[in-house]
Amino acid sequence: MSISSPQRPVTPGRDREEPLALGFPEMRTAELAAARAGDVGRVHSWELVTAVDGPGTRLTLFLSGCPLRCQYCHNPDTWKMRDGEPHTVDQVMERIGRYTAVLKAMNGGVTISGGEPLLQSQFVAKVLRRCKKLGLHTALDTSGYLGVRVTDAMLEDVDLVLLDVKSGLTETYREVTGRELAPTLKFGRRLAESGTPIWARFVLVPDLTDAPANVDAVADFVAALSSVERVEVLPFHQMGRDKWRALNEPYQLETTRPPSPELVERVREQFRDRGLTVY
Amino acid sequence: MSTTTVPAATTHGAEAGAATTTEAWRDFVAGPWCDAINVRDFIQRNYTEYTGDSAFLAGATERTTGIWARLTAMFPEERAKGVYDIDTHVPGTITSHGAGYIDQANELIVGLQTDAPLKRAMIPNGGWRMVETSLKTYGYEPDQQVKKIFTQYRKTHNQGVFDAYPPNVRAARSSHIITGLPDAYGRGRIIGDYRRVALYGIDALIDAKKLERAELDMERSVEDVIRAREENSEQIRALQELKAMAASYGCDISGPATNAREAVQWLYFAYLGAVKEQNGAAMSLGRTSTFLDVYMARDLAEGTITEERAQELFDDFVIKLRIVRFLRTPEYDELFSGDPTWVTESIGGMGNDGRSLVTKSSFRMLNTLYNLGPAPEPNLTVLWSNELPEGFKSFCAQVSIDTSAIQYESDELIRSSCGDDGAIACCVSAMEVGKQMQFFGARVNLAKTLLYSINGGRDEVSGKQVSPISPAVAGDVLDYDDVLGKFDHLMDWLAETYVDALNCVHYMHDKYAYERLEMALHDKEILRTMACGIAGLSVVADSLSAIRYATVRPVRDETGLVVDFVTEGEFPTFGNDDDRADDIAIQVVSMFMEKIRKQKTYRNSLHTQSVLTITSNVVYGKATGNTPDGRRKGEPFAPGANPMNGRDTHGMLASALSVAKLPYTDAMDGISLTSTVVPSGLGRTREEQVANLVGLLDGYNLSDGFHVNINVLNRETLEDAMEHPEKYPQLTIRVSGYAVNFVRLTREQQLDVLSRTFHGAV
Repeated sequence: MSISSPQRPVTPGRDREEPLALGFPEMRTAELAAARAGDVGRVHSWELVTAVDGPGTRLTLFLSGCPLRCQYCHNPDTWKMRDGEPHTVDQVMERIGRYTAVLKAMNGGVTISGGEPLLQSQFVAKVLRRCKKLGLHTALDTSGYLGVRVTDAMLEDVDLVLLDVKSGLTETYREVTGRELAPTLKFGRRLAESGTPIWARFVLVPDLTDAPANVDAVADFVAALSSVERVEVLPFHQMGRDKWRALNEPYQLETTRPPSPELVERVREQFRDRGLTVY
Repeated sequence: MSTTTVPAATTHGAEAGAATTTEAWRDFVAGPWCDAINVRDFIQRNYTEYTGDSAFLAGATERTTGIWARLTAMFPEERAKGVYDIDTHVPGTITSHGAGYIDQANELIVGLQTDAPLKRAMIPNGGWRMVETSLKTYGYEPDQQVKKIFTQYRKTHNQGVFDAYPPNVRAARSSHIITGLPDAYGRGRIIGDYRRVALYGIDALIDAKKLERAELDMERSVEDVIRAREENSEQIRALQELKAMAASYGCDISGPATNAREAVQWLYFAYLGAVKEQNGAAMSLGRTSTFLDVYMARDLAEGTITEERAQELFDDFVIKLRIVRFLRTPEYDELFSGDPTWVTESIGGMGNDGRSLVTKSSFRMLNTLYNLGPAPEPNLTVLWSNELPEGFKSFCAQVSIDTSAIQYESDELIRSSCGDDGAIACCVSAMEVGKQMQFFGARVNLAKTLLYSINGGRDEVSGKQVSPISPAVAGDVLDYDDVLGKFDHLMDWLAETYVDALNCVHYMHDKYAYERLEMALHDKEILRTMACGIAGLSVVADSLSAIRYATVRPVRDETGLVVDFVTEGEFPTFGNDDDRADDIAIQVVSMFMEKIRKQKTYRNSLHTQSVLTITSNVVYGKATGNTPDGRRKGEPFAPGANPMNGRDTHGMLASALSVAKLPYTDAMDGISLTSTVVPSGLGRTREEQVANLVGLLDGYNLSDGFHVNINVLNRETLEDAMEHPEKYPQLTIRVSGYAVNFVRLTREQQLDVLSRTFHGAV
């Protein structure tokens, strides 16, 4: 994939909020029809990973396109759907099919990540369905912002949701992501109601998401979801910095340092206090 | 394969001296192994598979830690000086030195290469120059009398080889297109079936060799037969000397071992005899743990030992294996870093009958890494199969996570070629114990070969014409078919020159530095392989991929020599499970193997090849110019069959799956992969890490992956170890088929290890 195509600079702050790319404006008509039907999706990349995107060793499929603009995003090259390569469901399944036996032997499965995979929810639904037919464990890595697009039928094909709760306070959430918190809360509660297992994730960024009240709010929310199996507190890192530079996107965390071990421990403790299993 | 008959056990036992065979074999299930030398049959009829976990294991006793502490106190001085001590007067043979001890009163297993621990012997049969250079490097004066013997009166292997090398071999050798040939040192990679000494005793083995001799005497005296008779005489003499050496330690090994301690001791004496007179590049042990377990189990059942004592025997045995030392030059160390001896021990695996060969002693052997701390030697190698008992799989993964000291090889693939009594010599060379040996052939530099084909046989660094003149590439853009055709043509010359070199090397090694004791512990009729090898595979695959899928423009110097490349556009690289690049790698492996197969080999040995570099990927890279894949002149190759650093972007498993595609049938001497992962990359909790590593090994195995080194390390640990080596005397990492003390690598090699892909979660 190319990450070198010129990008329109995005102005920082709340102004950077763009209309959602609901209509695939960058595509041609034929492609558009296929995309709308979910037969074709835009794929950023794939990777075989262990212990990061769900249990065991998994094939993680990164889809392109994201409605959020998280300040700490370490994959800003997945923001624009047009930067992804069009793949048919069959093409994706060919790659997955290649690893079916191996993934099963490794107690792993398939994780669909992004970007925000639910931006291409119909495509995701089709891939998930086919994975379940192969008997593979499936996970969906999402911010929950577009949770409303998950149909009940699709939810049945999801064995695990990696729910990224980027902040607990509305204001902070908006500052971090440029979007609203409410849809994530709503989606989380729906997962709990349907009994879908959740691994909740929270990215800890010093001076951005680390306020005790913000963490408390995330922890309260997560603790109330009965299907949460674990919480992963992910310390912010600077591995994404070069990508921001390459994309010529203004990066606000240029000088932010990873959280200290003490800070990470404090935050984990806030989750643990609520009886959650925390890593 | 024919087996050798053992004279009837009962008649023989009466003459055995120490113990009668009947007593020694009490409670063993009898079978064909009683009538002919057949260790495999003995194991199969007598071992007890263990399917439980590691809870039964015993820790180190004070006795064990006491002995180990005496040695570790000597290591800093050895590391600082390069050697601890050298005997400059007495060249090493089986009986050259009197008994030596570390702590005689407390040692359960005895025997040293010389009369003191860490004191190295000269073994000049391989070549005098290597000995003299080593001595001078470490500040010792060669004994003039010894020098005179090995320069005036007794010809060495090294001299023999250079008497026979043709000019094309010399040219290829000095331009580093053929490298690391065992022409100045012992070839190694021969595993004596040391278990035979424990099971049968020396006298029965000598009797069996005499019967073989009787067969040889019935044949006409033609060259092959004469050589075989001379070798047979040498073998018998070596066995007699082995008995004398054991006697100097107060042990009578004429008869079989009667208990577990004797079994370990007899077996170790046999191995010790081999390393006393052979300075082989790899002096591997074989597959001994499960064999020894039969004795351990019997003693435990008889109540004569406890679990603690059983573990002590393994600990003491391993202490001895850890201090095997050879006298070698710093240049040798640049090729094979960290003073390796490759005392490879193969553990686990499945039997043909579907039972695993895992016993409690498989665990005990691995447990030495806890009791004595991690160490590169012995080179513990697990023959992995998905079918292995879960308890053993988890223990292996746990030991890997804690020590990074295990390598894994596919039991399925090895069983398919060597049966269920195969073992690894060196890093990845599988052979059936006692029935198969190899002529170690080091390797050719295929990346350099590709550059030669582009330059019409001229060396890209020196500009010299090395291979016969052929048309160099013309034009401004490299054409895939054109380059591949030229590469193919150049490989014809390379294969010829290479096998010519190896034939000279092994003819002379057999003549002047014959491994008489190791071969005494083989059958009469054995399979010999001519173990060729290739280096730089991923550089070649990526370079050809660049030529095919991107645009590569050659840059010529004033003499027309292509010295650099400008590569535009994207191209798939090896290590991402992308068939476009991986198929090229497969094709290159098979192409060269085909050419090797066309060559006539010494002693009609069977052609094989490995994709392995050991640590010499650094030196090979140093000698190789810019390549079309973007690698710069002098930059290290990836080790073994590894993808090039940083180009495998789809995760550790995808990288491994690319390597797993390389055809074992065209690389039967082994395909090496080294993977390094940070602990958190395997899971959040220890249980998760263990389960996920087991899963990865199963997945790789299922995909026909042949070999993998697993390092579980933090980058920070390695960086700190570079700055403060004194803090990490035992830090062990695995590189291309063996393990080394990280602090004993050269700085350049340490940096290379660091720059390699760390597969970690972020």
